[in-house]
Amino acid sequence: MDILQQLSEQLQKGNAEQVAALTKEAISTRLDTRAILDDGLIAGMAVVGERFKVHEIFLPDVLLAARAMYAGLDLLKPLMIKEGIPTIGKVVIGTVRGDLHDIGKNLVGIMLKGAGFDVIDLGKDVPPEKFVDTAVSEEADIIGLSALLTTTMPVMQKVVDLARERGIYGRTRIIVGGAPLSAEYARRIGADAYCFDGIKAVECVKGFVGTR
Amino acid sequence: MASLMDRLAAGEILVGDGAMGTLLMQRGLKPGECPERWNLDRPEILVDIARLYADAGADIVETNTFGGSPLKLAQYDLDFRTEEINVRAVRAAREGVDDRVLVAASCGPTGRMLKPYGDVDSEEVYAAFERQLRTVIAEGVDAVCIETMTDLTEATLAIRAARSLSSTTPVLATMTFDSTPRGFFTVMGVTIEQAVEGLLEAGADVVGSNCGNGIDNMVRIAEEFRKHTSCPLIIQSNAGLPRIENGLAVYTETPDFMAERADRMLDLGVNIVGGCCGTTPAHITAIRRVVNKHRSS
Repeated sequence: MDILQQLSEQLQKGNAEQVAALTKEAISTRLDTRAILDDGLIAGMAVVGERFKVHEIFLPDVLLAARAMYAGLDLLKPLMIKEGIPTIGKVVIGTVRGDLHDIGKNLVGIMLKGAGFDVIDLGKDVPPEKFVDTAVSEEADIIGLSALLTTTMPVMQKVVDLARERGIYGRTRIIVGGAPLSAEYARRIGADAYCFDGIKAVECVKGFVGTR
Repeated sequence: MASLMDRLAAGEILVGDGAMGTLLMQRGLKPGECPERWNLDRPEILVDIARLYADAGADIVETNTFGGSPLKLAQYDLDFRTEEINVRAVRAAREGVDDRVLVAASCGPTGRMLKPYGDVDSEEVYAAFERQLRTVIAEGVDAVCIETMTDLTEATLAIRAARSLSSTTPVLATMTFDSTPRGFFTVMGVTIEQAVEGLLEAGADVVGSNCGNGIDNMVRIAEEFRKHTSCPLIIQSNAGLPRIENGLAVYTETPDFMAERADRMLDLGVNIVGGCCGTTPAHITAIRRVVNKHRSS
């Protein structure tokens, strides 16, 4: 089995030590950085995402795979910067103000990173200004908003309004997700898309980045 | 009053209470506010809610301590008041039910994930549950209700903590399952069969499910629980999944609808039926009616 295939498989098993070791080995044998990323880490995470989607594996498996992915990604990042390999897009994510639930948001972050996006995670209980300020200063392509509570969903409207005020609306797309949300709600507040889960978020963000 | 386990052993079917959070929100609990904070600031409301559920016909009323473990309270910088928060909750519930019904201490997840996939040690989680449960057991609760669990390890840590503190206080343990095309699983991937085995092995007296995605699923969950164990079962369902109307959560399952499904659960041999998110005293009254009818039939 070639090393990138091994890398993908160890990542799927959540074996961070092996992923780090194999990534080092791949780098030392002068494999293309892009190939290590695409055919090793991203390929492995794609399988994890698919298996999670059909309930073959569950949250703990995804979290362990993500940890393994970061072990490889941390080693690749300096090379990607040095070689000027662009990420496919930048996404600012967070759980909106008043809401302390972040499992769903973390999963979306994992899936987006696993798909090769640059993800800035602002955490939970994030005020609207912080989403928009960060999107402006980081020149983000996407803002991703999460809420689990029906009582915190209305904060999303504030982020959309603020994005309009600051002139980034339309250029920086806004996606929303969380248990109480719906496509209809997203449309009503002027968000660009509702994403049911992390996999949908990846599809969606890829679509937006590709259409610019 | 006879103890919970004696009443179950005698074949009695018991009625649990309905939602706490839903009623607190109706009374002005703000998003992001710590529900257990009201044990300190507005105990009269908790007395009132306990009274409403006892009046509605519940046999067991739960305390407002779902998030009362110090690990969870730490999210609101209230962990240093763990004892006070838990003691006040038990006393408020006691005052509300006025010795008419049993009081069970609610104990929900810590909100943290265990290593290796999370960042807390099992020792730390165990210590957190022990600190909360020590307080409520010392206050003399009639049962401990460990609920809305999705991680079996976390659930068993809470059960073991309760067991180490008291060999006589009944321990009820429920987990929350999602329906998938491959069957029922918790978010963490626990099956009903694994839940039954793990919860009982840790020392739970009564097992079952709470919260969830509506009572139709719960009927199926109850059926599967009963397939795997003959021990007493508790089911406390949400009133469906909330729909948003004018920015407010509206739970769609009516008292009559839930009571009709509760009746099916009694046929399946469920021993305690109550409600979770979105259920109100009206739901408990309707379930009470069905339980009384079932008893006399």
